[in-house]
Amino acid sequence: MITFFTENSSDILLKTWEHFYISMIALLLGVLIAVPIGILLSKTKYVAKVVLSITSVLQTVPSLALLAIMIPLLGVGKVPAIVALCIYSLLPILNNTFIGMNSVNENTKGAGIAMGMTTMQSIILVELPLAIPVIMSGIRLSAVYVISWATLASYIGAGGLGDFIFNGLNLYQTELIVGGAIIVTLLALLADFLLGKLEKWVTPKGLKIEGGRTS
Amino acid sequence: MLKIENLTKVYRGGKVAVDQLNLDINQGEFIAFIGTSGSGKTTALRMINRMVEPTSGKMTLNDKDITKMNPVTLRRSIGYVIQQIGLMPHMTIRDNITLVPHLLKWSKEKKDETARRLIELVNLPPSYLDYYPAQLSGGQQQRIGVLRALAANQDIILMDEPFGALDPITRDTLQDLIKDIQQRLNKTVIFVTHDMDEAIKLADRIAIMHEGKLIQFDTPDNILANPANDFVKEFIGSHRLIQQKPNIKTVDEVMIKPISITIEKSLDEAIRLMVEKRVDTLFVTDGDNRLQGYLDVESFTGARKTKKSVSECYEKDIFYVKTGSKLQDSVRRILKRNLKNIPVVDEEHRLVGLVTRANIVDIVYDTIWGEEEETVQNKKELMSE
Repeated sequence: MITFFTENSSDILLKTWEHFYISMIALLLGVLIAVPIGILLSKTKYVAKVVLSITSVLQTVPSLALLAIMIPLLGVGKVPAIVALCIYSLLPILNNTFIGMNSVNENTKGAGIAMGMTTMQSIILVELPLAIPVIMSGIRLSAVYVISWATLASYIGAGGLGDFIFNGLNLYQTELIVGGAIIVTLLALLADFLLGKLEKWVTPKGLKIEGGRTS
Repeated sequence: MLKIENLTKVYRGGKVAVDQLNLDINQGEFIAFIGTSGSGKTTALRMINRMVEPTSGKMTLNDKDITKMNPVTLRRSIGYVIQQIGLMPHMTIRDNITLVPHLLKWSKEKKDETARRLIELVNLPPSYLDYYPAQLSGGQQQRIGVLRALAANQDIILMDEPFGALDPITRDTLQDLIKDIQQRLNKTVIFVTHDMDEAIKLADRIAIMHEGKLIQFDTPDNILANPANDFVKEFIGSHRLIQQKPNIKTVDEVMIKPISITIEKSLDEAIRLMVEKRVDTLFVTDGDNRLQGYLDVESFTGARKTKKSVSECYEKDIFYVKTGSKLQDSVRRILKRNLKNIPVVDEEHRLVGLVTRANIVDIVYDTIWGEEEETVQNKKELMSE
């Protein structure tokens, strides 16, 4: 096992970087697409039902199948892998953005509107800051999913840590499979940890104070 | 100032929430909308800032047609206080107070200055400006809720049962505070409540609503004296109709001359004055006879050895009523706070009189055994001696 890490150290670094970068681009695209759509959906409850059911159906397509479908559409390599992973990351982010925006206290929202906020101001000044913790937990969930699914991206030639695992399967070398899996797990944990930090940082200070009353 | 004509709201499904409402409200008036739940009072209020769109009718604010104004601009010019307070939990108290100025794009300096000036108005320290709503009690939060409705110099303020969720003592304090601010700043306030005591205490005129219709719109005194119909009579409650009977209406008619001492006098002089006038409380005033606090027998205990002058040991926390206020309110305050007496001050905060528990006994006596003016008069003289 240790020999696996020592012998392939440069290869491991390269593959880990590849894996990380495929996942993060997919996640970033997912965030850029899902958060604005989630916000729009929270304003139109009827459309929201339809869109959210469609994305849940997309989520049930087996990941390997989705990757395979990408080949006739986009060929092989990193691009189809990123597109497929991005589609996977959509649902948790979309769902949480929608829930987060809807769970903002009606009285708080109402007060903002009654003070003379436009819809846009209400979103930026009130709803988004208050929904941030819920949206961020959706992003964290997606990050973990995407990193573990990115392993399969190796199957359509995107590289990443999946290469070790598939090689291990083909050559029947357990340490390649286990070693690859360990790094993927660590990467997922690390991403979750870092995003957790980010979540704390972007959560408005007033929301972290609970009941610590003075007077 | 605000004119409402034939205002009607019919909800989908045909429920008539407000039916042909007509009201004419003057600048600086305190108006209470009162009624049972479902009477349309809140709907009527929310149509004024167009949180609810009217079905038909006309509303003009300073001769401008409300229904033709941009709702966003309109709402920034009307203060709004809600029962659930609705402060922004992620914003500091400062940002909450200056929310509307922020929307109006005031400069930072002007916003800061406004926040500092306003927080003093509700007796909270300026250090609270950097706190978050979660760090404040419900009563303190609602004080901020009130300030938020004042920050952009709104002339008219709508309040939707603002004190409904507070405990009775906090509610009482806030009622006094809001009435004081309203009079001092000459604001027009429209206040929704289901509490008749609150309406009588605060309002210049009360609009009684029932099933979407305006039943009576008049001053509290006139409503109590001439209820429009049986519904109003029942709504007011018989106990209040009895309370209203005595001829005595304001504190000025029953108050006696208080014994006061100016702030720079020594304690020895204070004690000599107490003995001479046979009283246990002296009211402390400044050179202009402005009320500063009080000094009672208990203030002397132990203090005399170390302290020499009145200014060192008088009590600054004092409850008072303004001249011209209703006797009922003063009585209620005395009883509620368990005070021995309550001083009366004029507009400049000058001490002009005193209402004591003995006065109240007189009033009760008067109410129960009729108008024996002479006896009461004699008693009053006895007491002031």
